[in-house]
Amino acid sequence: MGPPRARVSGGAGDEVPPVKMDIPYTVEIRRDTGLTNGKIGIWLFLASEVMLFGALFASYILIRTGAPSWPRGATILNVPLATFNTLVLITSSVTMVMAWASLMRGRFGTFRLYLGATIVLGFVFLVVKYFEYSHKFHDELFPSTNNFLAIYFTLTGLHMLHVLGGMAVNAYLLGPGARLWKTNPAWFTNRVENSGLFWHFVDLVWIFLFPTLYLL
Amino acid sequence: MTSDHAAAHIAGHDPAEIDRHVRVYITVFVALMALTLITVAISYLHLSTPMAIAVALFVATIKGSLVACYFMHLISEKKLIYAVLVITAIKFIALLALPVITHNNGYWIH
Repeated sequence: MGPPRARVSGGAGDEVPPVKMDIPYTVEIRRDTGLTNGKIGIWLFLASEVMLFGALFASYILIRTGAPSWPRGATILNVPLATFNTLVLITSSVTMVMAWASLMRGRFGTFRLYLGATIVLGFVFLVVKYFEYSHKFHDELFPSTNNFLAIYFTLTGLHMLHVLGGMAVNAYLLGPGARLWKTNPAWFTNRVENSGLFWHFVDLVWIFLFPTLYLL
Repeated sequence: MTSDHAAAHIAGHDPAEIDRHVRVYITVFVALMALTLITVAISYLHLSTPMAIAVALFVATIKGSLVACYFMHLISEKKLIYAVLVITAIKFIALLALPVITHNNGYWIH
């Protein structure tokens, strides 16, 4: 018998070895970009998100400058509730970055606490928003009522979907996704950082939405 | 502990550096809280609309920059990310300028 020859796959009776393809550049830095693929990927996604929200902000400006009169947000919306929600979202950004910093220090237990707190704070934000929305509906204020409410519901509704999306990813990283910490802690840490980048972006959008809709 | 060490090592940060980061995060957190309350307080002054918009967007820009620079680590990020963001910023500004241009029938000034 000669040495084993390289087999061409596809023949009958061939035993196909389990294909193991590692995703490239999850941990190691790619030389041409100077980044991991995940990092550049999430930033490109955030760039597209800027344009998504940008289009709606542009619509807001167009509708407002074209309107003969425009209400001050505070006369229709609940400023104290929104202020509370702003503080909630800012706090959740801090717990998110602290979750990542905990992993960088190798403290998995602390990470779980901070990420759990981030998810809970996201939930608090949504609950407050639910009360705000239902109060508006109770007062028969709908997106179809006027232009102000139309753009208010569109912008805050889209933002709420983002909060929900961020919570889903964080819940995965707290639950089944956390197994990666045992096998590849550096990769897991990068995932948490990228999820954090999205979460901070959602916070950043709210920082502009709050004064635009509620205070001006 | 070896795996924990790996996480910190591969990312190229030592624990003391992370401690410094954490102190910055807390400072930024306090600043964001204060600026939020300041924004709300200013809204009760009932400034003229252009003035109110200018002040509110100015404060929001400071807050947004703090989040982007420190929580999103843009203060020490790679060149390629900056390049992506510069292109994004140009297009974002163009997007916001569009309604202004069209509102004045294609002229910047009436």
